[in-house]
Amino acid sequence: MPRLEEHCWSCSCSASVKTQELSSARWVVCKTAEMMSIITSVLSHAYGSLHSLQSANLIRRGLVLFIVGVVLALVLNLLQIQRNVTLFPEEVLDTLFSSAWWIPLCCGTAAAVVGLLYPCLDQHLGEPHKFKREWASVMRCIAVFVGINHASAKLDFANNVQLSLTLAALSLGLWWTFDRSRSGFGLGLTTAFLATLIAQLLVYNGIYQYTSPDFLYVRSWLPCIFFSGGVTVGNIGRQLAIGSTEKPHND
Amino acid sequence: MNEIQEERLRQNISAAFYRHGLLCASYPVPIILFTSASILTCCYPLLKLPLPGTGPVEFTTGVRDYSTPSHESQGDLSERPDWYRGPPVAYIQQVLVKAAVSPWDNSLVPVDVFRSPLGRVFSVLEEIRNHVYTDRSLEALCLQVTDLLPGLRRMQAVLPEHGCLLVSPGNYWQNRRDLFDADPDLLKTVHQHEPKGLHTSATLKDLLFGVPGKQTGVNLYSKKRVVTYTITIALSSYDARFVASLRARLKQLHPSANCTLREDHMVHVHFKEEIGIAELIPLVTTYIILFAYIYFSTRKIDMVKSKWGLALAAVVTVLSSLLMSVGLCTLFGLTPTLNGGEIFPYLVVVIGLENVLVLTKSVVSTPVDLEVKLRIAQGLSNESWSIMKNMATELCIILIGYFTFVPAIQEFCLFAVVGLVSDFFLQMFFFTTVLSIDIRRMELADLNRRLPAEAGMPPPKPGPLRPRETPPPPRPSPHTITLQAPAFRNLRLPKRLRVVYFLARTRLAQRIIMVGTVIWIGILVYTDPAGLRTFLAAQVSEQSPLGEAGLPPHLGVAPVFPGGDPTSTLSGLPAPEPTPLPENQSQGHRAAHPEVAPVSSPQITWGPEDEELWRRLSFRHWPSLFSYYNITLAKRYISILPVIPVTLHLSPQEAIDTRHPQDTHHAPPPSIKTSDLQTDLTLYKVAALGLFAGVVLVLLLFCLYRVLCPRNYGQNGVPHGRRRRGDLPCDEYGYSPPISEISPLLLRGHSMDIECLASDGMLLASCCLVGHIRVWDAQTGDCLTVIPNNGLRRSSSSGCWEHRDGWDHISACEAESLLGADFREPGGGAVGGQDVDIFPIRRRTTPARPALFGDQPDLTPLIDTNFGLSPPSQALSSSGFDFGGLVEKAYQEHEPSPTLAFPPSPPPVLPPELPPQNNGDWDSSVWAMELRGNLIATGRSSGKLELWDAVEGSLRCSNEDGVSGITALAFLNNRIVAARLNGSLDFFTVEITKPLGLLQYRGPPGRGSLPPSPCYSSEDVISCQLTRSVQCAHQKPITVLKAAAGRVVTGSQDHTVRVYRLEDSCCLFTLQGHSGGITAIYIDQTMVLASGGQDGTICVWDVLTGSRVSHVYGHRGDVTSLVCTTSCIISSGLDDLICIWDRSTGIKLYSIQQEVGCGASLGVISESLLVTGGQGCVSFWDLNYGDLLQTVYLGQSSEGQSVRQLLVLDNAAIVCDFGSELSLVYVPSVLEKLD
Repeated sequence: MPRLEEHCWSCSCSASVKTQELSSARWVVCKTAEMMSIITSVLSHAYGSLHSLQSANLIRRGLVLFIVGVVLALVLNLLQIQRNVTLFPEEVLDTLFSSAWWIPLCCGTAAAVVGLLYPCLDQHLGEPHKFKREWASVMRCIAVFVGINHASAKLDFANNVQLSLTLAALSLGLWWTFDRSRSGFGLGLTTAFLATLIAQLLVYNGIYQYTSPDFLYVRSWLPCIFFSGGVTVGNIGRQLAIGSTEKPHND
Repeated sequence: MNEIQEERLRQNISAAFYRHGLLCASYPVPIILFTSASILTCCYPLLKLPLPGTGPVEFTTGVRDYSTPSHESQGDLSERPDWYRGPPVAYIQQVLVKAAVSPWDNSLVPVDVFRSPLGRVFSVLEEIRNHVYTDRSLEALCLQVTDLLPGLRRMQAVLPEHGCLLVSPGNYWQNRRDLFDADPDLLKTVHQHEPKGLHTSATLKDLLFGVPGKQTGVNLYSKKRVVTYTITIALSSYDARFVASLRARLKQLHPSANCTLREDHMVHVHFKEEIGIAELIPLVTTYIILFAYIYFSTRKIDMVKSKWGLALAAVVTVLSSLLMSVGLCTLFGLTPTLNGGEIFPYLVVVIGLENVLVLTKSVVSTPVDLEVKLRIAQGLSNESWSIMKNMATELCIILIGYFTFVPAIQEFCLFAVVGLVSDFFLQMFFFTTVLSIDIRRMELADLNRRLPAEAGMPPPKPGPLRPRETPPPPRPSPHTITLQAPAFRNLRLPKRLRVVYFLARTRLAQRIIMVGTVIWIGILVYTDPAGLRTFLAAQVSEQSPLGEAGLPPHLGVAPVFPGGDPTSTLSGLPAPEPTPLPENQSQGHRAAHPEVAPVSSPQITWGPEDEELWRRLSFRHWPSLFSYYNITLAKRYISILPVIPVTLHLSPQEAIDTRHPQDTHHAPPPSIKTSDLQTDLTLYKVAALGLFAGVVLVLLLFCLYRVLCPRNYGQNGVPHGRRRRGDLPCDEYGYSPPISEISPLLLRGHSMDIECLASDGMLLASCCLVGHIRVWDAQTGDCLTVIPNNGLRRSSSSGCWEHRDGWDHISACEAESLLGADFREPGGGAVGGQDVDIFPIRRRTTPARPALFGDQPDLTPLIDTNFGLSPPSQALSSSGFDFGGLVEKAYQEHEPSPTLAFPPSPPPVLPPELPPQNNGDWDSSVWAMELRGNLIATGRSSGKLELWDAVEGSLRCSNEDGVSGITALAFLNNRIVAARLNGSLDFFTVEITKPLGLLQYRGPPGRGSLPPSPCYSSEDVISCQLTRSVQCAHQKPITVLKAAAGRVVTGSQDHTVRVYRLEDSCCLFTLQGHSGGITAIYIDQTMVLASGGQDGTICVWDVLTGSRVSHVYGHRGDVTSLVCTTSCIISSGLDDLICIWDRSTGIKLYSIQQEVGCGASLGVISESLLVTGGQGCVSFWDLNYGDLLQTVYLGQSSEGQSVRQLLVLDNAAIVCDFGSELSLVYVPSVLEKLD
């Protein structure tokens, strides 16, 4: 409880701030969220009248991914907050759920985009992903991803290099265990690169900060987290795309 | 070389696993006992570990020889807990004040009970503050606090903000007597800080008074009129002499007579780290993910007797392997420093359930006819290599993790390694054995179920007149089928309803309430805010008949009772009551002098329960007090010094003097009744709470039982039998799939391949290439009637076909003559009965077969007949023999078969040119057949339409208006629609005229009387009139004709589909959209029309408007058949693919690749069960997932003919042709669901 009072805020270290437009982040995000909800409602209306189940299916998948992203962002944020890894200035943000609201939203949007991009890319490349396509494996993947975050937040490492290397190895292991596709690897790398860039820019603009940055303005393990987050969300997205006809199972 | 070695290794591993599997399956019970023993042994060290929880831990030392423990651990003092190191956060010295106005008189008002006693706190405080012992004052020793937490602004006025941490009730008035005196309503001041509602942590009143709220006596209705409070001092360092002098001073000032509180023990209380919500959420999330993982994993366990049992075994395996790993690590001196709860989910995920599932799958996929032992062994050895490989990989990964040299990761890896090894051990011993037991149980259950079924079968009768021949062949080994609940994709239901169903199905609200109650009760019991425990203890002791003699043990200390203490008389006070418990005391008073009770003077007593009054406080009392000053007690300890008792007696005059003017306005004390009622109410509350908790517990256990045990446990699917037909599919959501057996029933009798099949649910009519029609009972498979080929010959020739009983006999004669001819045939073989297959017609039956085998006789259909078992002469001489097969041979031998010229392609598509008819009509073949009620309509290649009585086998009427062959027939109500080869469409009306003499008599309805189908009694004269003939319905031959819902739909080779109205035979629409001939049409009662063409497209039409709803390109090649369910369309094509499409959107859901040449036959049994024909087998598919549920082999020879026609009956049986035999396959589980 005392820790919570200290107004320390973490950045979203999940599948997060990836593809969202940066610059005046808050305003843009606010607007995009509004747009999103409007689009969603319009499309869901359209779903009723038109017989376009395909787009409805897409929206449903996107929604599920969005929710997954939001939940993961909230949970992992909490993990980071406990360790005071990131700080948010007091005057900008007051409490977790009232002021840092844009983080889960960004994460959700990013998760939806990445999760829809993966099956789309598979389709384009013409190599459908066949490796371990079942929900149990997806759940395992999510658990490992949360574990990686847990490790990054809670374990005491001798130095940052060791921490980063360990997490990089873990992320690669995650990809090897659950994905093993070149497209997945490439998209994961792209995601990690973009998201890290965005995080750097956000920190540069003073939206938030890390307690002990060692890679320009952010922590050096951040790309690893983004990479594994991308792979995880992609895994979920692929499974949803396959099993979109059946009930989407969300935790 | 390397490969050879690897191969050898593989073989060795596989052999070892095989032997191990044999061992496990042979001795299940000893092995399970052994495994349980080893699990328990390995878990034994866990007993030494502290239980998880956040409750404080205590340790007691003596006061006299106390010295601050050093930081280093001292090995010699083993009884010391390991947290007892270094100085405590604070020493807590409590001064327990008990004050009373004595003697009490009636002039006093209720407020006097506590106003003046509370007022005395200021003087005592003053005394404490100013106490000095050899220039040590309290200021030097006490714990200096600086600032309250900024979030606690409302506490600022009350709690000390700087200086000594010294709390007392005086803090309410900022420790100022003048404020106290000016306060008009003390109670209001005290209670204004109390939180509303249920509270679990310490309240401000508790903090300041230092005793549980009930015992303070600060209320208007106190019976005892004794006010109790404490002054709590937190000392930063311990000075024994200062504390002793303070104690002596206070005792001297305010002597407590008869007080024998022990003063020699100091209690150290250690607090664990508290888990806040923020830390709990990630933890809960990981656990949710873990459960989802376990759920999705165990969902895959299939085809076993008890799915839940095996899933439980799998979870037990993983959990106990984890426990074993922790236990073993503890045994070898590796104490876990990691937070067990946090790493636990990750460990489970790392260890995983995959191996267990792989094992199960491998074992259940072994041949079912093997012995259980061998199955287990085989399944194990099949998967041995992959299991070993996975294990090695995981160990490698963990080894890499070990070399990160991060202590936490190293520890995790160590646990994971031990966990993996023990998991492997458990899988090999525990799970394999459980699996073997399960499979054995399943076989037993199968056996049990099969026995009554066979007993119910009528024994094969060898009577000569019975055309039914050979007994059913030995059934193939049992198969199981698991039906998934069909409602997973029931998208048509409205959303609102689905939510309601979801709530109802999962009983979500109920469960949430239940869980909430349990949690609440748990919190209640854990924190004990209401003093439940003590209250109960008091109640128990009160009711104990021994009185005070029964009391002492429950307090655990050896007290000296005041009543028995002779020193108590030394004080000037009246001797206290012998019973030390306050409630008891007041009750005793009341009982003795009910009217005097209100005026009785309050007594101040000191009992052993006062020694450690802080124990009755919430366990968060001290942490919350310190947390206000940002001092955490987590993982630290405080030392509580023995309490200093202070007794204050005030005179009534003093009480009156300190009165506030407003005090007298308070209401007079209410009657004793209410307080009595209060205690009673509390008792009732406790009882009700207990009752409620009990009920909840029972409900919870019941739910657990329901969750753990499948509903149809041990009684296969009996409850499902009660399911009503109209039940919504959603209700079957939680439907646990029954396991049942499917075995085909072979119907034999035809000598040639089956050409047409028709059924109306009760009866089943089949027609073979020769033109014989047989009618079967669709329920039992009995052959009811045989209609030989040449119905006309019966009237024209000798008349030996007049009744069924006759012709068998005649046929025997003919067969005899035929046999002679048979032996002359070159390829005939030794057994005469097989010669039938010499006919080139035989070739047609297996179109997929290469041509070079076509001229070889295919002996399979007759191998199982009795003729194959005994020499023909013997067979013929025995009168009890069945001559059905031979009879038909006789016809074929006597007449040149009309179907000789049949090309090896399905007849409707490429109609053959018939040979010149030399012998009238009877040699035309049957091209189409329909069955309604007990009338069989047959359309012949000669263009003749015949109506037969299905039960009696007599020709009722015939119509020869057309000359072109009838390619398709539809029989609906009393109308028959016939499509002809020349593209014309004829509509017939069946009229029944009753003979005059028999008008009154209504014959018993035919056995196949379904409500919509007309029933014809044998006396009726049936005539068939051509009502209308559409001459040029299509330009090219009509290939498909379907009728339903008052519409007749025809598809032709001219690329169009036409829709006719049945009543007036008016053409409603001509549907154009295909670019090839129509090959398949589906229409059902709901007016869904789908058509498939040679171009591989499938069109869905709106029958009402004639518009095309959707159009998909489905197959490379012809669409061979089409079926729709409410949500999807199933099509099969010549490309041997079965595609499943979403009906509303036309999106292809998935496709199933079939074997070559057998994709044509399809049927849908229920919304979720698809059946397809294959090479000598039928396969069942789950439509929701596209999983192959089961394959049922129709005959022993696996490479038999392909199934070309497949018919799904109403009673969930399917009929398919299998060469010259029919196969009736029941799907019992669906049957149960339908009934």
